[in-house]
Amino acid sequence: MSILLEARDLYAGYGGNDILKGVNLGVEHDEIAVIVGPNGAGKSTAMKAVFGLLNIRQGQVLFRGEAITNTKPEQMVRRGVAYVPQEHNIFPSLTVQENLEMGAYLMKGDIRPRLAHVYELFPRLAERRRQPTGQMSGGERQMVAMGRALMIDPSLLMLDEPTAGLSPRLIDETFVQIQRINAEGIGVLMVEQNARQALAIATRGYVMATGANRHEDTGPALLADPAVAEMFLGG
Amino acid sequence: MELAGVSSYLISFLTFAGIYAILVLGLNSQWGFTGQFNIGIAGFFAVGAYTSAILTTPGSPAYLGGFGMPFLVGLAGATLASVAIGLIIGVITARLRTDYLAIATIGIAEMIRLFIKNEDWLTNGVRGLAGIARPLVGTPLDTPLGYLLIVALFVVLAYFLVERAYVSPWGRVLRAIRENEPATAAAGKSIARFRLQAFVLGSALMGLGGGLYAHFFGFLSPEAFKPLYGTFIIWVMLIAGGSGNNRGALLGALVVWGIWSGTELLTGMLPSAYATQGAALRVLLIGVLLQMFLLTRPQGLLPEKPPRLTAKGAKGRQDG
Amino acid sequence: MNEILQLLVYGLVLGSVLAMGAIGVSMIFGILRFAHFAHGDFMTLGAYLGLAFVSAFGLSAWWALPAAMLGMAIIAVAIDQLIYRRLRRTQPVILLISSFGMALILRSLVQLIWGSDNQTYVSGIQFPWRLDWLGGLRLKPDHVWIVLISSALIVMVHLFLSRTRLGKAMRAMSDNMDLARISGIPAERVIMMTWIIGGALAAAAGVFLGIDTRLHPMMGWTTLLPIFAAAILGGIGRPYGAIVGGMVIGISMEMSTLFISASYKPAVAFAIMVIMLIVRPQGIFKGTL
Repeated sequence: MSILLEARDLYAGYGGNDILKGVNLGVEHDEIAVIVGPNGAGKSTAMKAVFGLLNIRQGQVLFRGEAITNTKPEQMVRRGVAYVPQEHNIFPSLTVQENLEMGAYLMKGDIRPRLAHVYELFPRLAERRRQPTGQMSGGERQMVAMGRALMIDPSLLMLDEPTAGLSPRLIDETFVQIQRINAEGIGVLMVEQNARQALAIATRGYVMATGANRHEDTGPALLADPAVAEMFLGG
Repeated sequence: MELAGVSSYLISFLTFAGIYAILVLGLNSQWGFTGQFNIGIAGFFAVGAYTSAILTTPGSPAYLGGFGMPFLVGLAGATLASVAIGLIIGVITARLRTDYLAIATIGIAEMIRLFIKNEDWLTNGVRGLAGIARPLVGTPLDTPLGYLLIVALFVVLAYFLVERAYVSPWGRVLRAIRENEPATAAAGKSIARFRLQAFVLGSALMGLGGGLYAHFFGFLSPEAFKPLYGTFIIWVMLIAGGSGNNRGALLGALVVWGIWSGTELLTGMLPSAYATQGAALRVLLIGVLLQMFLLTRPQGLLPEKPPRLTAKGAKGRQDG
Repeated sequence: MNEILQLLVYGLVLGSVLAMGAIGVSMIFGILRFAHFAHGDFMTLGAYLGLAFVSAFGLSAWWALPAAMLGMAIIAVAIDQLIYRRLRRTQPVILLISSFGMALILRSLVQLIWGSDNQTYVSGIQFPWRLDWLGGLRLKPDHVWIVLISSALIVMVHLFLSRTRLGKAMRAMSDNMDLARISGIPAERVIMMTWIIGGALAAAAGVFLGIDTRLHPMMGWTTLLPIFAAAILGGIGRPYGAIVGGMVIGISMEMSTLFISASYKPAVAFAIMVIMLIVRPQGIFKGTL
């Protein structure tokens, strides 16, 4: 069986300037793949390129072995790929439940089982389902954002810095949630700044710098690699 | 038509085109250079026209004014009064999105129209101001042709002023703001201040245009300042000519005024019972012309060719 | 006291008209990010469509309402598909220019077809009820109907926005366009629905204004400023704010005649708007700007 998502030698950027210069990524349905790297390495850009939010000039994206390079976001959602941007990832004037319903906009049929499932995963959201999300805390908003993405019952979940701006306790909690989601058979591809914690749970780790892959291994192996540690883990 | 008739029509045509050209240059400094949306051109124009008229007409018991000042003082007053209005509106809206400016400017134009209509003591209300003198009275140049020369002189002055501003470092900042506001702000430029300056420059020219109109026409009434005449045509002129390009602004004024006058000749042949319909049809045509330009040639007849910006603007958002 | 009450009634009527227009302006801004300058002329055209329907079939003025709403919804979608849709990929401000041109086109069409004279749905004057128990307050049946039908329309808009999937998607798009796209919300369908609602409500505003006063090619354009004022006051992009804004502006405009000349009524709307822009440009309900 072919790999869930694969990106081969991507070149992409804004307005003719390539930010990505030959990026390779891959994730299996039972894997957590983590991209780490210094600021400006092109990590988020790589996620956006894969999800069809910016034009890939050269290279290929494969989903279940099928070429889907430059597929529009709406089609990505239909194929079962969900994406959570780092910022502005909720609808602030909508309630929790309405946010989740928007996530399931393309789903046909009864969405109540999905809602129940997301509420089970994030009990705090169930308590606040009628509350507008604009008034909620950073951690709760992140739950809404992830919950919204999970509503389509994705086979791949793409997360852009899901722990940015969260307290250490909430960061731990978020990584536990991500592992639980992964345990349901949902592949996870994420960009993370908390490199140590993220690599510790990663079955696949990518170190990016200046728009290209630098190192690639299992998460724990990368953590143990002195070259990686020297580069940006702070020794 | 006889030769004399043709030449007098042509002089009148060119004088109007010249006055419009000054207004279009004013709009270019607001919209073309900085992307500021002014739908209240009629208001600035009216303020200029009335100020100059009040300053220069001989005394009348019916309304204020009758200062009997010279022509150039009238024009200076027209410019300054319009600058004052531009400053007030600009200060309020400089920090907001341009949509707010657009809404505020139709508001100010409407307020000015109401004011002119209702404050008889200042403007003689709907009866209007008559007897606005032409300059050069008593000289051989006190003719329509003489006035055309004066208008042409002001067009040339306005063109060089605006063109000079466009290529200057100041103009470069304005274009940088228009192209990439966040990057320009990051470079430490006060966006609100530069915008305000461009807006006020445009307002000054619109006031000047109003003053020149008053002395050309000799009579002012609130009915002359319907938003259509004052504003819409000027927008179509700039878009058709090529916004951002001062030469395009001049060309647009000439071409669109030609089309507008040409349609008047055509609808003039209709029986007088259809006069209203004829006028509506002309507006319709100009409106359709605008849509066609926006859809097929948004850059206008003479597209802007800006001198290269020295600092290359960041083309997109970098990320981690 | 009596006079104030009377002006309050007029204010509610005007407020209903403004709210109908301002909801559309606010929604269009929220979804398409531009101030729709042809909205006043949508009102005008809607009012005249109603007139055409009423006089063609010899029906009462109230039949003008559904006919005008339906007709204007169709025309609004057609204008969007024909012109605005093609300009959407450029900056939103190009849409603003285009809508300004569209305002002139629609107005001159109205003049071409129906002429420039004042017209009314029914000839003759409607006699008001005199409510002695309210200090002799005069109440026209038309005024009561305008306020009641507007309220009903507002409730319908509310139910649409809060209960239906498409309505929620409309609010979501207004909140966060990029995320809506990422979630797979079909933007074009939401945009079409925005024009249907905006066009229909503008037509309702036009018909109400025509019933209350008269029909004239400039009726919508002169109402545009108070409508924008109402939308800004309520927080642009916020349909509920637009309702509150419309009522505040409408009542203030009528009440102002106690102190200043009635010809300055639009100045009151303008003054409130300017104060709002200085003090709290995001509006009472924190709009999307």
